[in-house]
Amino acid sequence: MQRLVIGLVLILALVVTACAPVPAAPSAPAPAEPAQAAPAVDRTTILIDGSSTVAPLTSAVAEEFRNVSPDTRVPVGISGTGGGFKKFCNGETDISNASRPIKESEFTQCAENGIEYIELPVAYDGMAVIVNPTNDWVECLTVEELKRVWEPEAEGVIMSWSQVREGFPDRPLDLYGAGVDSGTYDYFTQAIVGKEGASRGDFLPSEDDNILVQGVAGDENALGFFGLAYYEENADKLKLVAVDAGNGCVYPTEETVNNGTYQPLSRPIFIYVNAASLEAKPIIETFIEFYLENVDDLAREVGYVPLTQEIYDLALARLQSRVTGSIYAGGGSQVGVSLSDLLSAEK
Amino acid sequence: MSSTTQTIVAARTFGSEQVSNLRRRHAYGRVFEALGLAAIMIGLLFLVVLLFDVIVDGLPWLRPQLFTEFPSRFAERSGMRSALQGTFWMMLITAAIAFPLGVSAAIYLEEYISRDHWYARIIEINISNLAGVPSIIYGLLGLGLFVRYMGLGRSLLAGALTMALLVLPIIIVAAREALRAVPSSQRQAAYALGATRWQVTRDHVLPSAMSGILTGVILALSRAIGETAPLITIGALTYIAFDLRSPLDIFTVMPIQIFNWISLPQREFSALAAAGIVVLMVVLLTMNSLAIIMRQRMRKQW
Repeated sequence: MQRLVIGLVLILALVVTACAPVPAAPSAPAPAEPAQAAPAVDRTTILIDGSSTVAPLTSAVAEEFRNVSPDTRVPVGISGTGGGFKKFCNGETDISNASRPIKESEFTQCAENGIEYIELPVAYDGMAVIVNPTNDWVECLTVEELKRVWEPEAEGVIMSWSQVREGFPDRPLDLYGAGVDSGTYDYFTQAIVGKEGASRGDFLPSEDDNILVQGVAGDENALGFFGLAYYEENADKLKLVAVDAGNGCVYPTEETVNNGTYQPLSRPIFIYVNAASLEAKPIIETFIEFYLENVDDLAREVGYVPLTQEIYDLALARLQSRVTGSIYAGGGSQVGVSLSDLLSAEK
Repeated sequence: MSSTTQTIVAARTFGSEQVSNLRRRHAYGRVFEALGLAAIMIGLLFLVVLLFDVIVDGLPWLRPQLFTEFPSRFAERSGMRSALQGTFWMMLITAAIAFPLGVSAAIYLEEYISRDHWYARIIEINISNLAGVPSIIYGLLGLGLFVRYMGLGRSLLAGALTMALLVLPIIIVAAREALRAVPSSQRQAAYALGATRWQVTRDHVLPSAMSGILTGVILALSRAIGETAPLITIGALTYIAFDLRSPLDIFTVMPIQIFNWISLPQREFSALAAAGIVVLMVVLLTMNSLAIIMRQRMRKQW
């Protein structure tokens, strides 16, 4: 028994020392040389990473795609929009999920590594402004009021509901919002404060929207923002606030998000496709076509608002004619810009 | 013997001053006992509440599909097949790498070099420090070293190597403790008969210490099985709908799957996550009980 155990240990040691370097050697490229396409795990794998907001949608498409092409493997990761672009611009992934357009810095990094990409909008994500259901003084907030609450100067100053609007009760104002690494935070600050990444620091942030749901549901004085899908699943525990951008109070619904009347808190979400991968692995084109043809029903199922057919057609044309680069020209989040205008302008 | 008889006996033997002193000391003893009990109960209570909550949420979802299906956007069709495979193979490879490395290191440190050497002390301090390094740091190391530099990609092997590094210090510390517990008289006896250092280690010290070493290894693996952060860092994925084919395949593991389900808006997924937690916990408890059984089986009496 004892000899057996010792023998096993030795064999294991040998096996490990013998095996470990072997798989490393053939697949080890010179690390300095940037890969053009994603390192091929094999030709039938489409590597996708990026925003955790977009992941449920892409995963749903990947799930359905198994019926079309059972041999193709489509794994999806959730490194976040920024983390996803880092890998994408390093040539490590084929497709990057993004809840905001590519930024200047990421744009430059991709260019340095010779990565060309095709930008495709896939759905709208509405952002909901939420209070606790026992809150009986707020029905609607103007963008101006939201800005007063969230701008960096408000830190330590706007601490009570009565400071938000004349007539609100003098109760403490408890703020909940998306974590600063998320595309949701980037977009919210751009849309409300006017500058991406600028907000007060004294709010409770979480990358996990379910934590924010719990927070607002348990705090009478709460004011928070997060993805509309999370409000819809928890509508009994939360109260939705309408947003007034100057044209009256509008609640986020599929209609108001899609026709652009729910402004400025509805944003398009994207996938970015590595152009080199597209040529190296033809199955990717099939996958993207399948994506754009089926995404409208799937978007509703996972809680997002589909784009109009016109925009999907424009996106498909963009893919087929291999239009690379960003319609936002590396500007990051932009507010109130119509997708169809941007896409058609290119033609 | 009851405390009254004790007191009477005490009263006969000592004066009344000593009796009151004895009573006081017994009272202190009982107070400490109560405090100790309370301390245990606080820990246990939270554990029981937590377990109860998870089991109540997860029980309806503990069904065969949980083990046979891939993840899906519909909770009813979702399972953790790919995550179970990932966890199983990762633990196996991690053990195969960390066990021989860790035990060899421990043998060298305990049996071959003197503890008083300056470099032995430096190694010792560093190993203890490594055991306390946050796991995400190992993830960053794995990303730089295995995924990028060695070109392993976001593979199971890269994950297992990272995990092996993570548990190595724990295994070394545990194995050293086990080796140190072997009485030196055993070694001396073997040396007296002309055995070489390697023969002494192989035939006497290692077999005696094996139960302790295995306990340490399994406890280290129990830590690795619950780790999420380093694997997300090296790029483990969340949606995988195919079987693992080789150690160089992309992968996911149970804690990542659970983490992903919890973050989804649909509420059924949090119940599904609870079921996943129950499965993970059962695996963990099985591993821990295995450690206890092994320790009992192989325990040496001196």
